[in-house]
Amino acid sequence: MHRSLFSYIWRHSRSEQLVILSLVVVAQVFYFLSLTVPKSIVNNGISGNAFKEAAEIRILAFDIPLPDFLGGHVWHVFDGIRVDQLQYLVVMSFVFLAAVIVNSQFKRIINTQKGRMGERMLRRMRYELYDRILRFPQAHFRKVKQAELATMIKDEVEPLGGFIGDAFVQPMFLGGQALTAIAFIMMQNLMLSAVVIVLLAVQMVIIPRLRRPVLALGRQRQLTARLLAGRIAETADGVNEIHVHGTANYERADISERLGHIFKIRFDLYNKKFVAKFWNNILSQATPFAIYLMGGYFAIEGHMSVGAVVGVLLAYKDLPSPIKELIDWDQQRQDVQIKYEQVIDQFQPEGMMPEKLQALPDGPPPPLGHEIVLTGVTVSDDGRVKQLDGVTLSIPTDSRMAVIGTASSGKDVLGQVLARLTLPTSGSIKIDGQDFFEIPESVLGARTAYVGQETYLFPLSVRDNLLFGLKQRPTTPAPYDDATRAAREIFWREAERAGNPVLDPNADWIDYKLAGATGPADLLPHIVETLKQVEFDEEIYSFGLRGVIDGNRRPDLAEKILAARKALHGRLQDPAYAGLVEQFDPDRYNKNLSVAENLLFGTPVGRGFDGDTLAADPYVQSVLKDAGLDQDLLRMGLSIAETMVELFSGLSPDNPLFEQYSFISADELPNVRLLLQRLGGKGVQAVPEADRLRLMTLPLRYIEARHRLGLIDAAMEERLLAARRAFAAHLPDALRGAVEFYDFEHYNSAATVQDNVLFGRLVYGQAQAETRVVTLISEVLAELGLRDSVIEVGLEYNVGVAGKRLPATQRQKLGIARALIKRPQFLVVNEAVAVFDGRTQDRIRDNILTAANEGRGVMWIANRPNQAESFDHVVVMQAGKVVARGTPAELQAKGGLYCELMQSA
Amino acid sequence: MNLNEEVEILKGVPLFGKVEPAKLKLIAFTGERMNYAAGQELFHQGDVGDAMYVILAGSADVLLETPNGQIRVAELKKNSFVGDIAILSDVPRTATIKAREPLTTLKISKDMFYRLVAEFPQMAIEMMRELAHRLEDTNQKLRDATATKAA
Repeated sequence: MHRSLFSYIWRHSRSEQLVILSLVVVAQVFYFLSLTVPKSIVNNGISGNAFKEAAEIRILAFDIPLPDFLGGHVWHVFDGIRVDQLQYLVVMSFVFLAAVIVNSQFKRIINTQKGRMGERMLRRMRYELYDRILRFPQAHFRKVKQAELATMIKDEVEPLGGFIGDAFVQPMFLGGQALTAIAFIMMQNLMLSAVVIVLLAVQMVIIPRLRRPVLALGRQRQLTARLLAGRIAETADGVNEIHVHGTANYERADISERLGHIFKIRFDLYNKKFVAKFWNNILSQATPFAIYLMGGYFAIEGHMSVGAVVGVLLAYKDLPSPIKELIDWDQQRQDVQIKYEQVIDQFQPEGMMPEKLQALPDGPPPPLGHEIVLTGVTVSDDGRVKQLDGVTLSIPTDSRMAVIGTASSGKDVLGQVLARLTLPTSGSIKIDGQDFFEIPESVLGARTAYVGQETYLFPLSVRDNLLFGLKQRPTTPAPYDDATRAAREIFWREAERAGNPVLDPNADWIDYKLAGATGPADLLPHIVETLKQVEFDEEIYSFGLRGVIDGNRRPDLAEKILAARKALHGRLQDPAYAGLVEQFDPDRYNKNLSVAENLLFGTPVGRGFDGDTLAADPYVQSVLKDAGLDQDLLRMGLSIAETMVELFSGLSPDNPLFEQYSFISADELPNVRLLLQRLGGKGVQAVPEADRLRLMTLPLRYIEARHRLGLIDAAMEERLLAARRAFAAHLPDALRGAVEFYDFEHYNSAATVQDNVLFGRLVYGQAQAETRVVTLISEVLAELGLRDSVIEVGLEYNVGVAGKRLPATQRQKLGIARALIKRPQFLVVNEAVAVFDGRTQDRIRDNILTAANEGRGVMWIANRPNQAESFDHVVVMQAGKVVARGTPAELQAKGGLYCELMQSA
Repeated sequence: MNLNEEVEILKGVPLFGKVEPAKLKLIAFTGERMNYAAGQELFHQGDVGDAMYVILAGSADVLLETPNGQIRVAELKKNSFVGDIAILSDVPRTATIKAREPLTTLKISKDMFYRLVAEFPQMAIEMMRELAHRLEDTNQKLRDATATKAA
């Protein structure tokens, strides 16, 4: 990127700038017209100067005089019209109006054009900066903070966009305006104009000087703000350490100090800014003072007409603003130049990856070569400590090789070098003679895979993370209808104008062939297979059981799950399962559901009927009132409150029993006790209005089978069922979307897959009910061939920011699966299984080796040396050097470090 | 069976005999009532113990796993409690308990048990009394056994 903002702007927006400039030039004609016409109106139209000799004159004649060498002919374009004084006044006034309108139109067009150009340039700049992040050398990320990069691209270049539109046009436009005005003044009176010019010159010199310190402070402000952003991100990243070490106040001290500095800089900035403003105002008012004084004097003395003085004043009225804006522009120019430099300095580190290594591949990736040859590869951060020391090694890409060594042997660095995450300080790596570092990333990404000790997951679904490594290029364009397609093309043309690539994220980027599938239809078995290899399929399956699908979007799957529901309820008829599940039956009160759930008889969607909001809902209240239940529920509430006060009164408020079992929190209990005392057994009629809602929520949470207070008898059940029916029958249209009713024949899109199959509630207090029923559900799903479909639902589980919703072991399993699903020709596993227990480590290793058939190679950097026994070749490393290599048997025979390592494991 | 009926049963359990009825209600309310079909196990010898059980209805067998197979060493009837050793001394279950007929128990989790003991010291005393009885019982058996052997 250019150091100079101006040449950057000029290079990328030359033609647009020229169009705008020419518009500005044309606009000046009308601007000049809007200045001269008022003078003619005052002198001729009102004072009647031109009509002193003749009653009528010719106006608006338009002649083009040809120069003498072309014959000196005058070409009459328009002969004009003859008018008297009144007509003259009317015509010229309208000419003035027209000139003003045209002038404003020009302004509008010019501003729109400028805005578009500025936004395009901003887009280009942001894209280029982001593009550079993708090509940064790895080492640079250890020096810059992520939050600072984000601030720079997001906030710091923003003002540049506003300025770019004005970069060339503004000085031209304002300069043109100022020159026009000065020229006009000069035409009226040379003396007066000389005074105006001198005063302007003084302004142009003094004001920028006053503003220089403002700029310096602005630069500091930008830097401190960027550091603040970085510091805040650090706090978020290191929040566990802060809590664990109890150092919150140390962090507060640091932030307070920083904010103090920022305050000082910003306050100084205000001070300096307003001092500059003050002088600016004084100086700009000095000029009208001179015009009044001298122009007035000339008019009195008769050297100038009154009209001319008014014209000068009018011209001057417009003059200070372009001059002032010109000065502002100059300040802005310096300001954005500084900002620009400060940003791009951070974006040109040494050793950026050449663009061609990230070029979009135009077809399927070519296969990798057969042999990777390392010659004298040395890695050293500072030139003294060598993490790899002259490693010379040939690795056939189809070999199964393990690398063992102690923690400081450099084996992990070797893995990083083979993934190009660490660049060698010296030495060379070639694949079949081709420089390893010239292979495009897309080829390496498709043909090799690397898993390190930690896996970063994007905050997307499991599926998106798993298939991430298959997305080197768009394989199938997105299907668009004609209208969308046309809109997309306009969108892409705009992208091209701003130097952004025309790549469609909506296209299908998945390279199915890489995963061994032919398309989206047969990918799932490959996904399931890969999940099995890392022992992640069971976990994804249970995500799937707890997952939700939209029955309208997946009618096929919903249909199958309904079939599973029917099969399950068939199986539950078996006496062995008697009494474990209470099915949802519209005509029966379900003792294992709360009163609220019984009333709703469906799954709440959104917040409308969720939890305790139910009692406050006006519709629910009206249903209960119509069913005559409101008083009964209140009575139940009172009874529950009494029981709770009786049960929990003796307990200390911090006793966890409150949280687990009480309907009333420890804080609320005294209030409720007070309420009961005030009522003194007077019954529900005496309950104050304000307390009714609180009492109403208690019975709604009551589950007969669980709480066993014996509050709901057969008669009460019947009345609650009537209320349930009334609730569904009269549900207003507006609330229809807020609940999805239980219906044996319909899929419930608001409930989980498991709840859909179960279609009922586990009965409280039945030994092992949950385990047995869940096992039965899994059996039924497997029998119907739905296991993979449930896994497919589980794949939609969102892993959260940086995968934090998954535990570390699951993150790592997903990371390994992401590498395996590519079926890489050469896989580097860099101590990636260390997080698992020993047996899991070995099983996953064996699965990987079994999967890597057909000439696919594995390089296993072992976290435990004895993992190496399953490999054909073993490389032993020590202190950055390869000290031995061979088959396990050969190395065993030779003894030495290999045997030592094996014994230590 | 509702809460008040459970409280009536708990009143007959020696462990809770001295606990006032209001507190018994709390125990019943916070405890989980579990039903077992004949043949189902409450827990298995060697399992980690996480709860104790008060038998409210039905009966269960206490079974010991021995090298010669399972042997039945005792029978639990209504009002007895079981599973206290594992939660008091953090050892694995010392026996298997299997329902002999449909069985209803009140399951009191380890956490809750400790909380209840802290809230109601009377329970701890009852517990000690019961354990002392059992110890005396065992001692008696040991004396009998040595006497028989010596004879």
